[in-house]
Amino acid sequence: MADRNPAPDTPELRERWGAFEFNESYRERADKAIARYPEGRQRSAVMPLLDLAQRQVGEETNTQGWLPLPVIEYVADYLDMPVIRVLEVASFYFMYNMKPVGKYHVQVCGTTPCMLRGSDGLFETCKKRGMKKGHVSEDGLWTLTEVECMGNCATAPMVQINDDNYEDLTPERLDTILDALAKGEQPKAGTQEPGRHTSEPANALSSLEAMVEENHDYRSEWS
Amino acid sequence: MLADKDRIFTNLYGFQDWGLKAAQQRGDWDDTKSLIARGHDNIIEEVKASGLRGRGGAGFPTGLKWSFMPKESKDGRPSFLVINADESEPGSCKDREIIRHDPHKLIEGALVAGYAMRARAAYIYIRGEYIREAETLQAAIDEAYDAGLIGKNASKSGYDFDVFLHRGAGAYICGEETAMIESLEGKKGQPRLKPPFPAGAGLYGCPTTVNNVESIAVVPTILRRGASWFASFGRENNKGTKLFQISGHVNKPCVVEEALSIPFSELIEKHCGGIIGGKDNLLAVIPGGSSVPLVPAEQIWDAPMDFDGLKDLGSGLGTAGVIVMDKSTDIVRAISRLSYFYKHESCGQCTPCREGTGWMWRMMERLRTGDAAIEEIDMLQQVTKQVEGHTICALGDAAAWPIQGLIRHFRPELERRIEEHNAKFAPDTLEAAE
Repeated sequence: MADRNPAPDTPELRERWGAFEFNESYRERADKAIARYPEGRQRSAVMPLLDLAQRQVGEETNTQGWLPLPVIEYVADYLDMPVIRVLEVASFYFMYNMKPVGKYHVQVCGTTPCMLRGSDGLFETCKKRGMKKGHVSEDGLWTLTEVECMGNCATAPMVQINDDNYEDLTPERLDTILDALAKGEQPKAGTQEPGRHTSEPANALSSLEAMVEENHDYRSEWS
Repeated sequence: MLADKDRIFTNLYGFQDWGLKAAQQRGDWDDTKSLIARGHDNIIEEVKASGLRGRGGAGFPTGLKWSFMPKESKDGRPSFLVINADESEPGSCKDREIIRHDPHKLIEGALVAGYAMRARAAYIYIRGEYIREAETLQAAIDEAYDAGLIGKNASKSGYDFDVFLHRGAGAYICGEETAMIESLEGKKGQPRLKPPFPAGAGLYGCPTTVNNVESIAVVPTILRRGASWFASFGRENNKGTKLFQISGHVNKPCVVEEALSIPFSELIEKHCGGIIGGKDNLLAVIPGGSSVPLVPAEQIWDAPMDFDGLKDLGSGLGTAGVIVMDKSTDIVRAISRLSYFYKHESCGQCTPCREGTGWMWRMMERLRTGDAAIEEIDMLQQVTKQVEGHTICALGDAAAWPIQGLIRHFRPELERRIEEHNAKFAPDTLEAAE
C-alpha cells in the first residue's frame, strides 16, 4: 500500500487556497464530466473533478499541480459529498499529488520490464541533475517520482513528464529531453529511437508493411 | 506466420490516421446496422462459436460471459457494459496501441457487444496514466456521436447506446472487475466480495459485464469474417489471433498480432530479432505479464504461446505480455521488483495481502543479497501459500505466484547467494580478519 497523507492543514494553506473555485473553463469541463453519469450518481465524477482541480492548481502555481485540503473540500462541496469520501479517493489513487510538486513531474518507471532495459541509468541521470525522489528541486523545476509500470513495456525504458511519455530512453536521451524542458522547449514525445515510429520492431518491420505508405484496405484479400 | 490480411488491428503501429474517415476506409463501421440486425442471441452464439476467450488475463469464454446477462429487465434496472482499459499489468502494452491507433474498432465493438448483452451504455475505464490515449479515445467517441454511429438510434439500427469514457488515476487494482466498478461509482478501488456477481448486481447495482479492450475490439471483425475464420487460428480451446507484447532482453521489443499457439521461438525469431546474445543466452521468460510464474529457458523455447500450453508449464498466458530475461539478469532482483510492485498496489483491504505483500518483498530483498538462512526459503514459500487464495481478489495470488515460480526454478541460485553471503561471516573468516 502506498502511504499517503494530505499536506498539513495550516492557516497559510487556508489563506492561499481557501477561496479556490473552478474558473469558467474548468467549471465547464467539470459539468461535462458530471453529465456522463446517470441522474443521482454525480459522485462518480469525483475522479475527473479531482483531476481537473489538480490541473487548475497546476496552472495557478506553474507546476503539475496538487490537491491542498481546501481544494478537496471544494470538490466535495461541488458534488455534495462528505469531505472524507473525497479525501479517501484523493489519497488512494497515486496520480493525485498530496503535496506540491515541481513544474515538471519526472515519473521514471522502475518496474521489471523497464528495469531490464536500463531504468537504473535513468534514475542515475536524474540524481546527477540534483533530483531526489519525492522532493521538489531548489529551482522549482523538477520533482522525481519512481512509478510503477506505465504500460509502455515494448518501448522501455520510459519516463512520463506531466502529460507526455518519452520512450526508448538512454541516459543521454533523457538528458537531452530534460535540457530542452529546462529551456522551456517542448521535446518530441514518444519513442526516442531513431527510425522507430511507435511499438513496431525498430527498423525491422515484420508485418503490415503495406500500411507504412498508404491506408491499406485488406478486405479485398479476404477470402 | 499470420498473413497481414488476417490481422484485425491493421493500424496497430499508427502509421495511418486513427480518425473516423481513415478507419472507415480500413473497414470499420461498415454497415454496422446489419451486424446489429442479426439479433442479440445470434451475436452471442457467433462469439461463442469463434472460441474467443477473454483477452484481459483470465481467459474466460467471452460469449458465455455475455450470456449471463439478463434477457429482460424485470424491475426496470438498465444493464451496463464496462470496458477494462486499465492496462497496468507489468509487461502489458497492447490496449494502449488499440486505443491510440485503432479506437474506432473499440467503439464499434462496444456498440455491437453492448447490443448483444442488452446494455444501455458502455463505460470505458482507461488508466489515468494514458493521458494522450484518453484524449484520442474521447475525440474518437465524439466523432462517432457526430456521425450518428452511437447515441440515439445508433448506426440507424433503432437501438440507443451511449459510450462514456472514465479516466482512472493510477491504481493497478482497478483492473480487477469489481474494484473497477467501485472506482466508477466514485469510491476507492477496493474489490467486492462475490457473489453477487456483476452480471447480477454490478455498476450502480445493475447487471454489468466487464470485458477487456481487446476482447471487445475484435468482435466486429469476428462477426464480419465469421466465427469459423477466427477459429481457424490456434489450437483447440485456444482459438483466434492475439496481440503479443514482447519486452525485455530481445533485440527488437514490439507489440505484434499473431495466431494463438505460435511457438515461443517463432514469435521471438520472426518479430523480435531474437534474444540478445542469441538463444543460448536466454535465462527465463515471464510469458503473461508479471502475475504469472516464470518459465526457464529450456522449457519455454518450443512451447506454444496459448492458455493451455503455458498452463502445462505451470505458468499462464495472462495478457500475453512476454517479459524476456537473458543471462545478464539478476533474476532475484527482477522478481523482487515485482514483489515491490504488488506491495505498492495492494489496496489494503484484506490482511493477508496488505501485510503479506510487504513481508514477501522484504524477504525477497534479503534473498537478493543473500542475507538470510536457507530455511527461510521454505518459510517464504509457506507464506506465499498463506496469502494465495485467502484474499477477496486475485492480487494476493498474483503477488505469490512469481515468488513461487522463482523458488521452483531457481532455488539453487537462492541457496548460492545465502551461502556466499554467510561465508563472509563464518568463524574462520572472522578469525582471519582479526
